[in-house]
Amino acid sequence: MLVPDDLRYAETHEWIRSEGGIATIGITDHAQAELTDIVYVELPQVGTALGAKQAAAVVESVKAASDIYSPVSGEVVEVNPKLESNPALVNTDPYGSGWLFKVKLSDPEEVASLKTAAEYSIQIGA
Amino acid sequence: MIGFGGWNMPVFYSGILDEHQAVRQHVGIFDISHMGQIEVSGPAAKRWLNAVLTNNVERLDITHGQYTLMLNEQGGVIDDLIIYRRHDDDYFLVVNAAKIEEDFDWMRSRLTWDVSLSDRSASFAALAVQGPRSPDLLLQFGDLPARNQIQELRILGIPVLVARTGYTGEDGFELFYPAAAGGIVWNRLLELGGVLGAKPCGLGARDTLRMEVCYPLNGADLSPDRTPLEAGLGLFVDLQKPEFVGRGALLMQKESGLKQRLVALKADGKSPPLRAHYGVFVGDRRIGELTSGTQSPSVGIGIGLGYLDVSFAHPGQKVEIDVRGRRFAATVEKKPLYKKQC
Repeated sequence: MLVPDDLRYAETHEWIRSEGGIATIGITDHAQAELTDIVYVELPQVGTALGAKQAAAVVESVKAASDIYSPVSGEVVEVNPKLESNPALVNTDPYGSGWLFKVKLSDPEEVASLKTAAEYSIQIGA
Repeated sequence: MIGFGGWNMPVFYSGILDEHQAVRQHVGIFDISHMGQIEVSGPAAKRWLNAVLTNNVERLDITHGQYTLMLNEQGGVIDDLIIYRRHDDDYFLVVNAAKIEEDFDWMRSRLTWDVSLSDRSASFAALAVQGPRSPDLLLQFGDLPARNQIQELRILGIPVLVARTGYTGEDGFELFYPAAAGGIVWNRLLELGGVLGAKPCGLGARDTLRMEVCYPLNGADLSPDRTPLEAGLGLFVDLQKPEFVGRGALLMQKESGLKQRLVALKADGKSPPLRAHYGVFVGDRRIGELTSGTQSPSVGIGIGLGYLDVSFAHPGQKVEIDVRGRRFAATVEKKPLYKKQC
């Protein structure tokens, strides 16, 4: 399972990449492999204020719907427009074109409290 | 892996969509050893079975099978099953995993001295070999039975009961053989099936395949408080028979009229996959709820089965389905939702 070193991770299998106060959020390679064929993604509305660990999106495989939590608090500033027509990007490129949404961080300190790649790798036994 | 009827079973091997397509286009092999087998025999077996099951066992020739139901006194479904007539007075019943004990206890409580009953579930391994290429895979072991019939073949010298039945809407077979040979036959068929595109398939694809062809799942679409008439299974209930458990309740229900019926639904456009327990609405009125749902791998659209108030339970009816507080347009469709392209 791929766990890139330059990202931070939530225990609930989301990754976060923070640049200039904006954080991009997606689900990990491990999570997409567990969920299998993703056929639908429900994203938050731009402008929504999210709290850390708050349910923000829903990713659905053929078998089940899974809540995705925002690892940090902030306002949603962008959602991935490609997922509406091609939700499988979450499977094929979870850390790239399969990103879910971006938030404007309300407390940049929160990012540092998340797991490092090494810590997350231990969690998933990778 | 998930728990299912006391068994630990894989939801998928290579992926639900991949396995689904393998069955629709080539052949898929499912381990269905969890299912139960009950043998009934004796000079009075036919008469007795006719009094405990809904379909007419009198119509069953030797080697033939039929879909039938076991009901409670209120006409609700205990189990749906297939009964095969193996010889004059020998019958072989294939029942749902979670219901083996309940079915057996229920039958035993009604047993008469001239019928013998035996739960053989632990003795049998079982595979479903399903898909358009399944006859090609099995023909090398001998002549194959016709649709809904059962016969014995030998695979690697092992006696195997082969029935031409299934739960996918494709041509296919269900194999029952000694449990000790479970893995040997599975491995051999996958090995031989490789050139035909055979894939091992799990519970996930089994569920999407059966939903596309609107076969009900006991515990989801069938339950002790729903009758086969409500479930649209009247074809498998012979009310002309003088007596069977649940008959009185069904006659009364028929006379007073059904309140709800199980229908097939399809989303009108892009929607999240449909799921059991989603509410179905016409305007502000809640007219029922889904008992099964998924996204059809064959057509890429949300599909489901659900009980709707009878006045709305006809093909063409426009409805809305509530998914996490959002409404998605859907239509009641004729069953099955998926038909083989000829």
